[in-house]
Amino acid sequence: MNAVITVLGKDNVGILAKVSNECSLVGANIVEVTQSVLQGMFAMIMFVDITECTVPFSELVDKLTEKGDEMGVKIHVMHEDIFNAMHKI
Amino acid sequence: MINSRDILETINMIDNENLDVRTITMGISLLDCIDEDIDKACTKVYDKICRYAEDLVKTGEDISKDYGIPIIHKRIAVTPIAMLAAACPAKSPVKFALTLDEAAKKVGVNFVGGYSALVHKGFAGGDYALIESIPEALSITERVCSSVNIGSTKAGINMDAVAKMGHVIRKSAELTADRDCIGAAKLVVFCNAPEDNPFMAGAFHGPGEPDCVINVGVSGPGVVRAALAKAGDCNITEVADIVKKTAFKITRAGMLVAKEASKRLSVPFGIVDLSLAPTPAIGDSVAYILEEMGLEQCGAHGTTACLALLNDAVKKGGVMASSHVGGLSGAFIPVTEDAGMIEAARSKALTLTKLEAMTAVCSVGLDMIAIPGDTPADVISGIIADEAAIGMVNSKTTAVRLIPAIGKEAGEELSFGGLLGSGPIMDVNPKSPSRFISRGGRIPAPMQSLKN
Repeated sequence: MNAVITVLGKDNVGILAKVSNECSLVGANIVEVTQSVLQGMFAMIMFVDITECTVPFSELVDKLTEKGDEMGVKIHVMHEDIFNAMHKI
Repeated sequence: MINSRDILETINMIDNENLDVRTITMGISLLDCIDEDIDKACTKVYDKICRYAEDLVKTGEDISKDYGIPIIHKRIAVTPIAMLAAACPAKSPVKFALTLDEAAKKVGVNFVGGYSALVHKGFAGGDYALIESIPEALSITERVCSSVNIGSTKAGINMDAVAKMGHVIRKSAELTADRDCIGAAKLVVFCNAPEDNPFMAGAFHGPGEPDCVINVGVSGPGVVRAALAKAGDCNITEVADIVKKTAFKITRAGMLVAKEASKRLSVPFGIVDLSLAPTPAIGDSVAYILEEMGLEQCGAHGTTACLALLNDAVKKGGVMASSHVGGLSGAFIPVTEDAGMIEAARSKALTLTKLEAMTAVCSVGLDMIAIPGDTPADVISGIIADEAAIGMVNSKTTAVRLIPAIGKEAGEELSFGGLLGSGPIMDVNPKSPSRFISRGGRIPAPMQSLKN
């Protein structure tokens, strides 16, 4: 089961590192990352496999949202099914 | 793999365009709670609601968190209480309202609908007593919603009930005059009421429904408006296509939530209601969609045509996205709950007569409209009769939710706060339909009813 983590906001040192670190701490395996910085705006989309995740999904959402607030960026963690439902027939 | 653009589009819809699932409504049948002893019946009602809906709110919150999509309301609809009241004719049905209110508070839902009676062809046992008790029930409870179906395409319009409801609406407002007449805001008079509508105040669990069911109402006027704004000056066929595509995406999100709620609560999935339900929040308005289509302000000539297009395209887009569609399914135009409608009513671009025309092509009817406090009951009945006639002839649901603003006049404002919003008191034609209303009887079902 995959979750999609998106990070949007002002670029800073170590955003990717901090998000990846949170994932590794709870056993969420990063499957794919796309990341870019455009005119100082950081945008990252990360697919993580949460099958082996050691904490409930809602806890992962809380941890990363909190981390985002600390870094001044907006982090969304959502189950991939919402995107499949809305954008695939 | 999922396309990055699609991911960012969804997140933008949620963060900036007010995409949400408006409500998960659990329908619960109370037919097995009928008892001639009203105290026993109320105990059964309370126990059944608390048992079935125990996890409803928590499940809704969990799903919201997992999928990152806000689910605004968790609500309950029950069997029309008149059916339970019929078994205990000596007692006032208000006790049922108090029980529903307590149960709603216990399980944490913000509204419970079903303090209702279906009288489109006439009054059965329990119906009249329930209707009589509506003003009191709505004034002493906080979360109970009431509805009465007074007409249908198959049965015609029960004019005795129409006459009665004029008084009931007035009294509901009078008894809650100290709270901006909120009693009347929790009361809907229907023609062709759907049995599986998840939206308040008109939700009830029809007698043809299963024991328990999950119905979901979607929303998203802000998303549709934003999609049209991005498209710029395209022609009207393209406008319809954009609305359809957007409605499809919104409804798929609703369908996912409905399936998941049904699975987690072990309750069968009923329907998704494909509705564009506005809120008073800026950017979450149906009126703004119509204005985006090219009207200077909602209410201008052309409004009915734009609304017809919108309503149809929402259904066409949504119907493929859900395996079962039902409820009201269309665009709502509640005046006090829609920032654009409020502005249009304030500036008098939007009038009651224009709204009546709009209800012929939208999903419901005259919804959340404040009228002068001295409007006589028979004028309210006249408005109900007109609206019911539109529904009956067009084989569609129409409804009336009017709030007589006791002690106030046209041009002043009512404010309920929260999702019920606020708005100006609109002018009503003061000429009297009194003789017509006092005739009573039943308007015969139209030719459209003879489809067999």
